[in-house]
Amino acid sequence: MSHSDPRFDPYAATRETTEGTVYSVTGGDWDSLVSEIGETKEERIIVNMGPQHPSTHGVLRLVLELEGETVTEVRPGIGYLHTGIEKNMEYRSWTQGTTFATRMDYLSPIFNETAYCLAIEKLLGITNDIPERASIIRVLMMELNRISSHMVALGTGALELGAMGPMFFAFREREAVLDTFEAITGLRMNMAYVRPGGVQQDLPAGMTARLRDLVKELRKNFKDNERLLVGNTIWMKRTEGIGYLDLAGCTALGITGPVLRSTGLPWDLRKMQPYCGYENYEFDVITADTCDVYGRFLIRMAELEQSLRIIEQAIEKLDATEGQPVMVADKKIAWPAQLALGADGLGNSLDHIREIMGSSMESLIHHFKLVTEGFRVPAGQAYAAVESPRGELAAHIVSDGGTKPYRVHFREPSFNNLQSTSAMSEGGMVADIIGAVASIDPVMGGVDR
Amino acid sequence: MTQNEGMFGVSGTGDTSGYGGLVRTVANPGSTERPFGGYFDQLADDLERAYPDFADAITKVVVDRGELTLHIKKHRLVEVAKVLRDKLLFEMCMGVSGIHYPDRTGCELVAVYPLLSMTKNQRVRLEVCTSETDPHIPSLVEVYGGNNWHERETFDMFGIIFDGHPGLTRILMPDDWDGHPQRKDYPLGGIAVEYKGATTPAPHNRRSYK
Repeated sequence: MSHSDPRFDPYAATRETTEGTVYSVTGGDWDSLVSEIGETKEERIIVNMGPQHPSTHGVLRLVLELEGETVTEVRPGIGYLHTGIEKNMEYRSWTQGTTFATRMDYLSPIFNETAYCLAIEKLLGITNDIPERASIIRVLMMELNRISSHMVALGTGALELGAMGPMFFAFREREAVLDTFEAITGLRMNMAYVRPGGVQQDLPAGMTARLRDLVKELRKNFKDNERLLVGNTIWMKRTEGIGYLDLAGCTALGITGPVLRSTGLPWDLRKMQPYCGYENYEFDVITADTCDVYGRFLIRMAELEQSLRIIEQAIEKLDATEGQPVMVADKKIAWPAQLALGADGLGNSLDHIREIMGSSMESLIHHFKLVTEGFRVPAGQAYAAVESPRGELAAHIVSDGGTKPYRVHFREPSFNNLQSTSAMSEGGMVADIIGAVASIDPVMGGVDR
Repeated sequence: MTQNEGMFGVSGTGDTSGYGGLVRTVANPGSTERPFGGYFDQLADDLERAYPDFADAITKVVVDRGELTLHIKKHRLVEVAKVLRDKLLFEMCMGVSGIHYPDRTGCELVAVYPLLSMTKNQRVRLEVCTSETDPHIPSLVEVYGGNNWHERETFDMFGIIFDGHPGLTRILMPDDWDGHPQRKDYPLGGIAVEYKGATTPAPHNRRSYK
């Protein structure tokens, strides 16, 4: 085919390079590719999977070296979603940082915000001054978020292995949770709801009743996916013994979260190093001892029920703390305005506007100073870790005593855990890479930040 | 102790507000003397016993905000990490975080390693520094394999060269990128935005509170 040929496709051409023949695949042309490759004698081929491949959880590029269908080497390539969030945060106030942090791992925004805020609160020395109700709301939101995140992990993981049904159920449940997020924060994702000192605003009226209904509905609906997948012969054939990584491998590679718990070690920061009052909730740490994709799948399924248990206890606590503050009492740190939902969306509450514009000059000055200048954080560094759906998510924050962070670094579980792709997949079949990557549940927004 | 001058991060302008003359002293957490409190004393004792060169290798111990930081001479880093892993059961390293202090002559680039012991449920932080002119720090990949990508990221962002790393290449930025974005002398970038006749400068050019 030449360039003048109307059927010529520059993106699906064969070309010779110093490394050998390079074939481009654009989809739907597999048969012609196989016949072309079949003519060569060499068994060993190098396949570029991604960065746009639908089964790699976003823009992940995997460079695979194959001998027939056996994987001999996997090299993950990342960085396609790097947005410089850590650098950007050095140019905004401490509070504005939540708006950046929430956008990293877009499936678990509440965890990003909480890790960031816990580290700031440690630096400020106000960890013990956070109102009880604020911590309860954080726990509630984190566990809801864990459900919505696990739902994507399960749904897309199953879809990537060829099961379409679980995706429909998983996203139905996820939508129910995101609708609740919208009712509480005004936004479905990236809500910047957890703020240094507490949370942005209290729950709207009647929310606990709605949450009770949600728990009931989710508990019933979770059974649908359970019935579809648990013990399903095809599903087990694709997941059992696949993506094996034992405890020694996990510790060497710094792996945490469901992948670590699938080796039988009950390591969960919520139990081991509690934050936000997790020591006051009853729940079990779920483990498996199979070290494989199926074990990680079972862990995520069982963690859904544990999250519901925590949410139920949180609802009880919320009823008991009705009307209590959700922001630290220190007016030098607490955001001056409570927000309210108006006809045109979420904004400063009218009562607050009336006060600062109509009656109190000092309130106006205070509001202006705190919103534009922000608060100063004493110099030093702090490390705060939370158990995100993917493992240990931690914020390492350095302050030089100014109104902006001097340095923010996130220890992202996706970034760290993605390193285990090679250990899990090399020596296995090419089709099993998909299952292994899905069981790590990497979110590229978090990997690349 | 460092001094912070001015209010808005600008100098050389005709500031008539008086805020430009503001001088604020910033106190950085200094070296801590025993007792450290909590499990930190026990940890330091164990390390001294397991590692005879403790006094020479560790320049400073800082306990601040309930966290223990050991400042280590950089050529001793791998030894200390090995002792911490094998004798004190700090099985995991949670990564590397770089920090750039352009004003700390000879110690501009800092690498911070948070270690975790799951067996003992303890944490400790290692800190090493190096100069901009000789940005070399020994790699910890042979001790903690999971540090591979973290060190690549810190190299990418700060230009710290981890000696002994099996493949120290850029990881987040493109391979042919110039400069190291997280250094303080690397601008954030961005363009000024004009809206209804008024111009808002790019974030790194805005007047901002210090």
